[in-house]
Parts: sequence; structure tokens; C-alpha cells
Amino acid sequence: MATLAPSRPPMRDRLGRLDVRVSPYLYIAPFFVLFALVGLFPLAYTAYVSLHDWHLIGGQGEFVGVQNYVDVVQQPRFATALRNTFSIFLLSAVPQLVAAIAIAAVLDANIRARTFWRMGVLLPYVVAPVAVSLIFSKLFADQSGMINTLLGMVGIDAIRWHADVLASHVAIASMVNFRWTGYNTLIFLAAMQAVPRDLYEAALIDGANRVRTFFSVTVPMLRPTIIFVIVTATIGGLQIFDEPRLFDQLGQGGADRQWMTMTMYLYELGWGAQKSFGRASAVAWLLFVLIVVIGLINFALTRRIASAGADGKGGR
Amino acid sequence: MSQVRHQPSLVAVRQTAGRGAARAAARRRGSTAGAERRPGWVTYVLLGVVLAVSAYPLYYAFLLASSDASTIAQNPIPSLVPGPHFLENVTRVLGSDINFLTALRNSTVVAVVTAVSVVFFSTLAGFAFARLGFRGRRPLLVFVIATMAVPTQLGVVPLFILMSDLGWVGKLQAVIVPGLVTAFGVFWMTQYLDSALPQELIEAARVDGCWLIGTFWHVALPAARPAAAMLALFTFVASWTNFFWPFVVLGPSNPTLPVAVQLLQASHFKDMSLIMAGVVVSTAPLVVLFVVVGRQLVSGIMHGAVKG
Repeated sequence: MATLAPSRPPMRDRLGRLDVRVSPYLYIAPFFVLFALVGLFPLAYTAYVSLHDWHLIGGQGEFVGVQNYVDVVQQPRFATALRNTFSIFLLSAVPQLVAAIAIAAVLDANIRARTFWRMGVLLPYVVAPVAVSLIFSKLFADQSGMINTLLGMVGIDAIRWHADVLASHVAIASMVNFRWTGYNTLIFLAAMQAVPRDLYEAALIDGANRVRTFFSVTVPMLRPTIIFVIVTATIGGLQIFDEPRLFDQLGQGGADRQWMTMTMYLYELGWGAQKSFGRASAVAWLLFVLIVVIGLINFALTRRIASAGADGKGGR
Repeated sequence: MSQVRHQPSLVAVRQTAGRGAARAAARRRGSTAGAERRPGWVTYVLLGVVLAVSAYPLYYAFLLASSDASTIAQNPIPSLVPGPHFLENVTRVLGSDINFLTALRNSTVVAVVTAVSVVFFSTLAGFAFARLGFRGRRPLLVFVIATMAVPTQLGVVPLFILMSDLGWVGKLQAVIVPGLVTAFGVFWMTQYLDSALPQELIEAARVDGCWLIGTFWHVALPAARPAAAMLALFTFVASWTNFFWPFVVLGPSNPTLPVAVQLLQASHFKDMSLIMAGVVVSTAPLVVLFVVVGRQLVSGIMHGAVKG
């Protein structure tokens, strides 16, 4: 061993230095490789597919330029899907935000059995959207549904949840709200608890009542969190598929496509009767661009609000 | 809200006994001074309503799953007492033409493998980002965070073509592989290890002649345990409830539970007790899990989890 001693440390040193220099990249590589393969590449390749005749089974055909886009946009269903997607998104995002903040404010009080109530609001989060959709589509059944029966008891005529455009959107939005309100409530609750309590005391000294304090102290401090929740809700909400897909057993979004969303339209083009991957990709790419544009608007708003004042630092 | 003040308010203390006394009083009343008063019954009524809205739809599914078609048709509002047919309906679902047992096994395999893999690779990357200085660390981390905002679901067509070329359509690896590591997981573990893993421990392991991978295994991985458990939970739930991609790539022969539920709806839509039995079978495992570890999910979200 003694003879090996002089030669070992330099070798080990060199390997050690290599270890320190190279290993970090190896450790982060799995994410980047996987994201490149199943995230970035498919997105970019979507643009390529969208410029070709491309059949689900037949595969790649001729280059057709923007023909797929022209075909897709000219179909009235495209406008319907766009309208439905935005309508369902707004009906779910806005009430959900308001409800989540309100419930968080209630939970922020010094209540007993805190963990129990917090778990209670989170329970719907573990229910799969497909399960939520089946339960709610029965609750919202046009005939002999529980909600219409309850409405009948207070003298309101049965609503055609599976026929009317707006009614179907309300029903589907309620599924989204059911699943995500509690989750967002906890995010807001965490943000509320990070608000320095001195601010509340100061408001109290200034003679503000609870309502005034809530709107003048709590809500402004929640602004970064509100923006965060809106951004994530937008990215997810505009791709909504599960809930409207299972709102009835046919899964086409209703007889007149009253509740067919953009992602359902994408699926119908690619895997439905047409089996046109080219057109499906065109819809995917249009929706992608739409989400990016809305994301950039969000980003710009966020920056303006963040630089508008130091009160933007209230987050977690 | 009606609230009885048992103690003088902090403001009153401050005015009568000075700031120091007010601060001491605030300390005595715990860290959440300011909201220290117990709220009145109105608060609990409100919370009760919220809880009812959260839980009733699930109980409703169970009520219908324990009933039968004619009872359901006659009573739009089900009786709060379950019917006698629950086990019978569950047996019917498991024995139906839609292979729920396969779906149950598939969902379990996918969720477990995904959760273990996400935790491992995310902790590995988080360890590098949080504790190993390397060139490009900052921009690469920003990149990881930015990818969370990319709607990758919209790459579904090329991803399907890719799986088709690999011969993976209808096979579980088509669902497992794309989810093996997530940006959220990397971000989550980076944040946690940044606060919970002392640099000195790593230095010590290095001085002892540990390779980096040994340092990761013996020092970082044990330190990451609490956050890793939460990440595993979130990943498990996300995987168990995931529908769109499994629906596209798996097809009816080899479904996961959400796909099986959709198949059940498509072919047995007239038999609501059967459909709801399917809903209960697919949801019950997560509800049981929730009862056991819901506390951890709550604190995970409140410590900055985002939608994965």
C-alpha cells in the first residue's frame, strides 16, 4: 500500500474535481432531457404537423401551408369552441376567486379545530375531474335532477342544463369551482397569515372596522397571490377537457356543441371521424398562441403592479 | 359577528399601559395576536355550509351507488340513509365488461412509479440547484420555473405520434414516462433543500471523501424527507386523477381508472347506480388516503405548492 500512496491522491483529486464540475449537470439532466422530449419538442412539432396533411393512421402527407388553419377557422364550430372555452373559464375563475378569498378570510379567524376545517375545504381536490363530472351531471340532470327539483320547490322552472348554452356552462363551471375553490382557499389563507399583524392593529387604531380592514389591508396585500392564482387558473382553464367531455355520455359537447371546448374540438378533429392530425395540430397551435398572449398580458400586468409600490411584497 | 371580549383589546393595553405592555400582552396571547378572539357561531355556520358543499357530492355518489335504478328514478333527492345495494353494485362494476380491476391495478402502478420517480429525480436536481454551485445555475433554474407555465398538453398530437412510433400506444409506459420528473417537483425540492440542508453538512461529507452522489444519498435525501413525502402525495393525486392523456393514448383495452369511468358512462349511462359505484370505486382509495394524510396536503399547499 505504501507504494501506491503517492500516486493515489492526485488521481482521486482529479476525479474529485471532475465529479464536482460535471455531476451537477448530470443531476439536473433528467428534467431537461425529459422536458425536451415530451414537452418542448412536441409543442414545436405541432406547428410542423399543422402545416401538413396528416392522418391518424396514414401518417404524414403533403405540405399544405396554412390550409389546415383556414379549414379549421372557417368551421363555425371553431368560434363555438372558442366562445365556450372563454365562457366556462370566466364562470369558473371569477366566482372561484371571490369564494376562495371569502372562505380564506373566515378560516383566518382564530377558529377551533383549524386542521379539520382546512381538510374539509380541500376534500374535493382528491376527487378526479371525471368523477366530479359524473356526479354533477346527475345533480344537474334536466329531468328528475336534484338541482331542478330543489329549484322547483322554490317555484323556479326547471333549467335545461344539458340544452341551454349558458346553463350548461354554469353547470360545468360549478364542477371546476367545486374541485379548485378549496385548494385556492388554502393558498390565500397562507398569504393572509403572512400579512404582518401590525397592519391590522394600525387599521384598528385608525378606527377601521373589519370590513374596511379587509378591503383596505388584506386584499391589497394579497395582490401577488391573486395574480398567481389567476395565471395558473388561466393556463389550466383554457385547456379544460375532462369536465365537459363527461357532462353527457356522448362526449361531443352537446347536440349543437353548446359546451364543446377548444381541447374537445382538438380531440374531435384528431381522434374523431376526421382523424386529421393536421387540423388538430392547427387548433392546438392556435390555442397555444392564445394562452401565450394571455400569459404575456398577465405578465405585463404583474410587472406593473409589482413596480407600482412596495405593497406588492406580501406573498408567501 | 357577536363576540364577547374576555380580555382588554391590545389597543386598550397600549393606550393605558404603554407599548411595552401591549407587546408583552400580544406575546402572551400567542403568535397570531390581533385575531386572537374566538369568533362567534356565525363563523362556524358558514364553515359548516362550506363543508357540506365539499362533502355532499361525494356522499351523494355513495347514496346512488347503494341504491338501484328504479329508486333513483323515483327520488331525485335521495334519502340521506344509504340503500342496501352498495356491495352488489360494486360487484357488478368489478364484474362488468369494463375491466375495473385492471384499471385499479394500472392506476396504482402509474401513480406509485410516477411518485417515486418524481421524488427521486426532483430531489437530485433540487440538491444540485440548491447546494452545488455550477455555471448557469440561476438561468437554468429560471428556465425550469418558466416551463411550469407551458401548456404542454397542447403537444398531444406529436406526443401521440412519438408513442405510436415507439409502439407504446395502449401501454402503461406511454403514461408513465412523460411524467417521470416534473418542473414543479424540481422547483419544490430546490426551495426546500435551500432552506433545510446546511451547507456545512455537505462540506463535511466532502472532506470525508464522499463522492457527490454519496453526499446526495447519505445527506441530501434524508434531509429532504418531509418535502419529499408531500411531493409524493401531490404527484400521486395528480396521477390518479389524470384523464386527458391516458384517455388519448391508452384506449379502452388497458385503461386507468378515470378512463374506465368514462367507458362505464359511455356504455351503461342508463344505470346510474352502476356508474356511481364506478365513481366510488375509483375515488375511495384517494379519499381514504386523504383521511390519513390530508393534514400533510393542507400544509403542503400552504407552504407554497402550486397546481402541478
